[in-house]
Amino acid sequence: MSILVNKETKVICQGFTGGQATAHCEQSIAYGTNMVGGVTPGKGGMTHLGLPVYNTVKEAVSETGADATIIYVPAPFCQDSILEAVDANIPLIVCITEGLPVHDMIKVKKLVDDKGLCLIGPNCPGIITPDECKMGIMPGEIHQRGRVGIVSRSGTLTYEAVHQTTQLGFGQSTCVGIGGDPIPGSSFIDILGRFEADPETEAIILVGEIGGDAEELAAEYIQSNVTKPVVAYIAGITAPKGKRMGHAGAIISGNKGTAEGKSKALLAAGVNVVPSPDLLGFGIEEVL
Amino acid sequence: MDLHEYQSKGLLKQYGVAVPEGIAISRIDEAIPAYKALGGQGVVVKAQVLTGGRGKAGGVKLVDNQASFESAIKALLGTRLVTYQTTSEGLPVNQLLIESLTDIDQELYLAFLVDRGSKSIKLMASTEGGVDIESVAEKTPERIHYITITHGTLEGFQARELGFAMGFAPAMIRPFCTLLNKLFQAFISSDMTMLEINPLVIDREGHFICLDAKVNLDDNALFRHKELAELRDYSQEDEKEVTAAKFDLSYIALEGEIGCMVNGAGLAMATMDMIKVCGASPANFLDVGGTATEERVTEAFKLIGSDDNVKVIFVNIFGGIVRCDLIAEGILNAIDLLGLDKPLVVRLVGNKAEAGNTLLSNSEFDIVAISDFKQAAEKAVKLMRRK
Repeated sequence: MSILVNKETKVICQGFTGGQATAHCEQSIAYGTNMVGGVTPGKGGMTHLGLPVYNTVKEAVSETGADATIIYVPAPFCQDSILEAVDANIPLIVCITEGLPVHDMIKVKKLVDDKGLCLIGPNCPGIITPDECKMGIMPGEIHQRGRVGIVSRSGTLTYEAVHQTTQLGFGQSTCVGIGGDPIPGSSFIDILGRFEADPETEAIILVGEIGGDAEELAAEYIQSNVTKPVVAYIAGITAPKGKRMGHAGAIISGNKGTAEGKSKALLAAGVNVVPSPDLLGFGIEEVL
Repeated sequence: MDLHEYQSKGLLKQYGVAVPEGIAISRIDEAIPAYKALGGQGVVVKAQVLTGGRGKAGGVKLVDNQASFESAIKALLGTRLVTYQTTSEGLPVNQLLIESLTDIDQELYLAFLVDRGSKSIKLMASTEGGVDIESVAEKTPERIHYITITHGTLEGFQARELGFAMGFAPAMIRPFCTLLNKLFQAFISSDMTMLEINPLVIDREGHFICLDAKVNLDDNALFRHKELAELRDYSQEDEKEVTAAKFDLSYIALEGEIGCMVNGAGLAMATMDMIKVCGASPANFLDVGGTATEERVTEAFKLIGSDDNVKVIFVNIFGGIVRCDLIAEGILNAIDLLGLDKPLVVRLVGNKAEAGNTLLSNSEFDIVAISDFKQAAEKAVKLMRRK
């Protein structure tokens, strides 16, 4: 088992024929992902990477039976692409694009939730179930199928967690990058609930960072809903206040959203919080 | 991106919101004509700097005659204003806003903001205007009223509810609702993430007037607001951060001794934290991005090199999309171009890391390549101590 995606997942790509999408879809196909087609308005009827291209998402879904989409469309047009996927009722929408306006996300998030669909991202590396399905820009080869579920707001820190759990032989069930934006499609809680219900996941790594209160809410949720051991690291102990640290959502406002406050909340919920990212793997060793 | 007060008020005016009559000046010879145009009596002179705490720092001066007006202009224009929110160097005062005075009956607080928690827009109002809202929230939280706007429209009943909660007389409810609608339109149409009016006043004639206005625009939405993007005042920003942004680098200067170059915002923060764990302090946050090109690596080295506090450089790259051997080549080319007068510790992991490490080790330069994160950070700290 795994969460969200497996080898049965039929994936289409929106913005399919663009440069970035082409490069990453090529790797996803090579990884064994069950990609069934793509969408680029105006290029319907073409074949790209050996797969059919459609003009609209609805057409792609009715022709291929796709139940997941990955979006590489540039930020100015991205809201429209997500809404097109929502309108076509695709249960899993993964958006890699960075730089979506926050007002666009307020609208998108509301519509996604109203329909009960799942949006991962934007501004994230995507999602991978090792050996089965890679939807995103993560390097497939560092992953190993296994027992740890990983959920993270940061791309490269996800890779660190993957690297360590692979080297220590634990492997990963599924890794989900929820992205660094202030309003993400899925929160830690959404993913934690899925890992808790997944029999293959034996322990969970949560990688958070400064800004917002997603980690504090996750701590509350873990306390009453998660029985599996959780190991966490929060980036940004040394981050100054009021400065946006790369990610749109990584900012300490006033005294809110500090790494210290988040770590404390998680510790109080019984989470094994490690002081530096190199200890995530060892943290898992302690609890498994 | 923050707007200056005069820019914020200019924008609100376009939506029919009442602001005091005012003139922004940037040259001293514009001062007296502006003063006369505003009636030549009492005015307020306000330093236009993108920070809070202007009033307490002496950046806002009330004057009632031409002599005191002229001395206020001289005391502010062309100086630097240091507030509790700025660095000790403060920010340059390149512009002043001169405004006519308002007869105040009541001072209120009003703000619209994007609320991460509720994933919606929040409207906040309080009868405690003109003071620090955070201390109101702490001491008398019952005096702040909130409305959550979830459906993209501010409903009439929500505006009325807020008006009654604020204790307005029935006759003031309609004008208050009209004001809220105009402000909300401005907020949505300009992609603001924050609009704060502190104070919003009711004058002796019973009109709502925005005595101050603070606007933050969503950087990600500036592509659809070219005219607003042009209002950006680079003089209020850190020079190095501005340079970095031109090359798609995310850079923030800090006060430590170890210069960092990292790919990915999360890993960049984690690298700073790791340096702290190892007993030293980072000199900067620097994310070269997921697709670190040779040009970006070179620019990153230039930035780190221009910081005199830096004693050791620490490069930390997890090769996901990027190939570590290409990063290594980028580093070597940057050094070829710029020279290397500081110890350099490089950690490459992931995609083609081995090839990258070989390139670095075989080079003629003194580069320490270590693939373990903590060991690499420790080495950087050790080298710093030796300096």
